[in-house]
Amino acid sequence: MIAVIAFYVFAAILIGSAVMVVTSRNPVHSVLFLILGFFNAAGLFLLAGAEFLALILVIVYVGAVAVLFLFVVMMLDIDFTELREGFQKYAPVGLAVGALLFGELLFALGAWDFAPAAGGLRQTPMPDYGTNTAMLGHVIYTDYVLLFQVSGLVLLVAMIGAIVLTLRPRVDSRRQNIEAQISRTPAQTLSMVNAPLGAGVRAAEYHRREPAARVGEEDV
Amino acid sequence: MNWALALPEIVLALCGMAILLLGVLRRGDTTALCGWAVLAAFVLAAALVATGADGHAYHDMFIVDAFARFAKLLILTGAALACLLAMDWNRREGIARFEFPVLALFATVGMMLMVSASSFMSLYLGLELQSLSLYVMAAFARDDVRSSEAGLKYFVLGALASGLLLYGISLVYGFSGGLDFAGVAQAVASPELASPGFIVGVMFVVVGLAFKISAVPFHMWAPDVYQGAPTPVTAFFGTAPKVAAMALLLRVLGVPFVHVPWIPVVMLMSIGSMLLGSFGAIAQTNIKRLMAYSSIGHVGYALIGLAAGTVDGVRGVLIYLVTYVFMNIGSFAVIAAMRRRGRAVENIVDLAGLGRTDPGLALALAVFMFSMAGIPPLAGFFGKLYVFLAAVQRGQWTLAVIGVLTSVIGAVYYLRVIKVMYFDAPGEPFEARATATSVLVFGCALFTALFFLFPSAIVASADAAARSLF
Repeated sequence: MIAVIAFYVFAAILIGSAVMVVTSRNPVHSVLFLILGFFNAAGLFLLAGAEFLALILVIVYVGAVAVLFLFVVMMLDIDFTELREGFQKYAPVGLAVGALLFGELLFALGAWDFAPAAGGLRQTPMPDYGTNTAMLGHVIYTDYVLLFQVSGLVLLVAMIGAIVLTLRPRVDSRRQNIEAQISRTPAQTLSMVNAPLGAGVRAAEYHRREPAARVGEEDV
Repeated sequence: MNWALALPEIVLALCGMAILLLGVLRRGDTTALCGWAVLAAFVLAAALVATGADGHAYHDMFIVDAFARFAKLLILTGAALACLLAMDWNRREGIARFEFPVLALFATVGMMLMVSASSFMSLYLGLELQSLSLYVMAAFARDDVRSSEAGLKYFVLGALASGLLLYGISLVYGFSGGLDFAGVAQAVASPELASPGFIVGVMFVVVGLAFKISAVPFHMWAPDVYQGAPTPVTAFFGTAPKVAAMALLLRVLGVPFVHVPWIPVVMLMSIGSMLLGSFGAIAQTNIKRLMAYSSIGHVGYALIGLAAGTVDGVRGVLIYLVTYVFMNIGSFAVIAAMRRRGRAVENIVDLAGLGRTDPGLALALAVFMFSMAGIPPLAGFFGKLYVFLAAVQRGQWTLAVIGVLTSVIGAVYYLRVIKVMYFDAPGEPFEARATATSVLVFGCALFTALFFLFPSAIVASADAAARSLF
């Protein structure tokens, strides 16, 4: 009974927050509703007995992805009212296509007859060792090792892509060269400045030193 | 578990990571070094593919047969030729970076996984590995607005296609209960068992894959992406990924969906692609855009063989792809050689009088254009011959007749290029080109022109490949 109530509470809040993600005017509110949605989806996973997925959802999606979204939303200068204009312009067409597709799917899936062998194929014996974390680990590194490794390659390509498309060598940044810094001598670093009486040493003197005095600060 | 079946992919991926480390850690300019290393890795992988054994591996998600081996060798050839073309081009355009060959290598790993996939999960991951690398390559000239636009457009539409594909896979899984191709084929062992929901899933999968081969009506991205992307990337797009996606479509429709009546859908896509390819290209002034429409048309011809659904049809598609890879790389090598005063020129009128200023280059381009138009005895003629033959044997006269008619219409714009080259007043000659470009141009031209001397070897291996699919 409690599980059923919990299911409907989680499901109702999940759907409600999903609607709010799309409809709320403030993009930051959208992201916050998205986080609420993730939490409720995690609750649903818990009810289904998939505690590992539930926690991964919270850690990865709430902890990393949603925060990243928040960063993007707040850092990029996107004019959301302008986006909304386009949305209103194309909404009728989009709604018509969506309704058509929905109707077709309803028509196609309404009959809902599975292939006779489908039930048997889907039923896989549940191994009875340990938690579902252990079971997932067991199949990921044996049966699904190919998929696991290829997913790793996909992530590597994503990383290379992000670097290739955005990294630009900065001409004004300086890098520390520890070896050069340690091995320099007082003669290279200290400069004796004759300070005129009452005038002091001006800061500009520092920049007029010879390049050898600035050893250890490499131009990149 | 026989993990060694995936040895070519494993070795290629490890080489990719080693080359990446080499490029990152070694000081100085490593672009050329990495480029050659990637070419060597392609040759090594091709040798491993050619000598590998057949069988299933990885929990029935990975299959190696004559079909996969044929497609992989073709993919590796296309990728290697495109990388060779890119080395000189990237240097001259000032976008030479060692990540380019590495990305091409990882895309190739994805494509090899696609043609070896025997489960929807390995299919999807291979496809994503390929697509993600290609999105970045399309936007590789990041300071060029059109290249960035091409990358963004390709990314957004590609993500949409992946979504449709995944939705289709989920429906197929739900209604058949299996994710591996053999299991799905077993569950839906006759047309009566294919429920409407299953067929909707199949159609979504076909739409997702049709997007990748840019078949009508999922072709909208092709002209913009072909025009915007750097020329060697466009050459790459036209060859290896097309071969991989076409091979994937052949396997998916031939094994798990064999009992679904998909032939009318493929026929419609084929007819649409042939018509749009030939009519759309007539008004183009940019030669890369022209090649985009031409590639849509060629996909339509290749789909004729798929629509036949027979061994002969699949054989026709494979032969068509072989000839197309060489014609396409050759044509783009000529386009890459079109440079004046340090800048690439891309308009058809820029070719004016090439027959007098550079007779060798003009002759090579003429060979490619005649071949694409399907004039005997060039390679393109044989590609078309085998697919039309398969359609006629199956009694699909509509497809064969429309194919012949659109070939004639298509000849108009191919001949226009030749007319501009030989009969218009010459402009300023092009810059001296790199040796690698010349080798590609004349090597591909020789292959295209002399294909009729040695078709039996390729036809025999394509035949063996097609048989292994049935």
